[in-house]
Amino acid sequence: MVAPLFYIFAGLAIVAALSVVLQRTPVYSALSLILVLCSLAVIYLLLDAPFLAVVQVIVYAGAIMVLFVFVIMLLNARAEAPTDRSRFARWLGLPLLAAFLGEVLFVVLAHFADTPLYSGEAFDAGPRAVGGLLFRQYVLPFEVTSILILVAIMGAVVLAKKQL
Amino acid sequence: MATFSDQLVLLLLTLARVVVVLVVLLTTIAYTVWLERKVVAHIQSRWGPYLVGPHGLLQPVADGLKFLFKEDIIPDEVDRVIYILAPLLAFTLAFLSIAVIPFGESVTIAGYTIPLQITDLNVGLLFILAVTSLGVYGVALAGWSSNSKFPLFGGLRSSAQLISYELTLGLAVVGVVMIAGSLSLREIVEQQRGLWNIFKQPIGFLLYFTAAIAETNRTPFDLPEAESELVGGYHTEYSSFKFAMFFMAEYANMVTVSCLATSLFFGGWLGPVFGPPLLRAFLPVCWFALKVATFLFIYIWIRGTLPRFRYDQLMNFGWRFTLPVALLNVLGTSLIVAWRSV
Repeated sequence: MVAPLFYIFAGLAIVAALSVVLQRTPVYSALSLILVLCSLAVIYLLLDAPFLAVVQVIVYAGAIMVLFVFVIMLLNARAEAPTDRSRFARWLGLPLLAAFLGEVLFVVLAHFADTPLYSGEAFDAGPRAVGGLLFRQYVLPFEVTSILILVAIMGAVVLAKKQL
Repeated sequence: MATFSDQLVLLLLTLARVVVVLVVLLTTIAYTVWLERKVVAHIQSRWGPYLVGPHGLLQPVADGLKFLFKEDIIPDEVDRVIYILAPLLAFTLAFLSIAVIPFGESVTIAGYTIPLQITDLNVGLLFILAVTSLGVYGVALAGWSSNSKFPLFGGLRSSAQLISYELTLGLAVVGVVMIAGSLSLREIVEQQRGLWNIFKQPIGFLLYFTAAIAETNRTPFDLPEAESELVGGYHTEYSSFKFAMFFMAEYANMVTVSCLATSLFFGGWLGPVFGPPLLRAFLPVCWFALKVATFLFIYIWIRGTLPRFRYDQLMNFGWRFTLPVALLNVLGTSLIVAWRSV
């Protein structure tokens, strides 16, 4: 039951990811990105990690992407006019993309070829386990990240408001 | 072969539960609309619906048929795909979160134990928060795709409002989660056997209910569809069954929020149980329904009593009052929980 569902949602994620890049209208791109994030959440669910799946939906699809859509609506952005694509990107982009995909494929085949798709109860990704890791083992990186985000927010406020 | 037939029975039982819950939910929605019209009418010294059936009891049927037979108008300048997607999204997401609400303990019929819940997810509470956080897309996309100024204003207001109050909603239930030590709604209800959470988390409950009213776009927080300024807000350009889908989504959200308030703060299906076995099996569900109905009545009562907030009042109230209080509540509760466990 797991394998076919995995292929369906992995395929959906890839198709939606392509659609993010290829769509002309910003709202369609944003919606495709939401679809990508939700398919990834389903894959987490198939890996017996419902907590991660739900957090994925809450944080990415429910919070960050809402802001994206909000901004697109606020600017009332319609279909983008196609520009003369840069020649640089055309000649360098595709080979670079191919090289990158080849590299990923090589690493996966070289190191993880024998790993089964789904390894059962190999890990515990419940709220208790994740919380324990986050606030014991990784407490310093966690706090540093939060300060970094706070600085970024303050920077955005200072940039947006000329007079405080 | 035995395992196959077992699986088949499991599948059928699950399907049966889904169908029963959906039918009950749709009926509840229909009669919540009737109740709302009646209660608001009586608050305003009117009679409300009275002609279709005794005391207008068949009015929901008439309304449903009317929605079905109305002409479905799609304006020319809309973004068709998203315009059609938006009500579907709002409707589906509103009905999804009911899946993890426990209605009662399990009943045993013919050797099969059936829990009175569609599925007991061990992160059930987070699941509901996730579905609620996606609910904003229905409204926002409806506003954007209509390509008209009032829906756009409605959609923008709604996105801002839902993002603001989602924080309070999430933080308000953290206290309950800390006390119960679980995110499963069934365990949270079970843990309230001695004392309901409302007595342990009174501030948490008030914050939850305030934020929940804002999340469901109800008066006094109904700015996304403020008739007097935005015509109808995000659903101005919708007609016929697409409008009905938004309408039903709003009431489904009300029911879900009431179910969640009951489960988190008022002991869910817990209540005095007595009498013969059949009554014993039936009473918990009755208690649950009674508590949910009370919340729905309070919803309507608030609507009939309070005027609408101004937009700046709404934002100030959300960010400068409810959010800090919710944070303090989390801080206080965590201190008490930590002190008890030492």
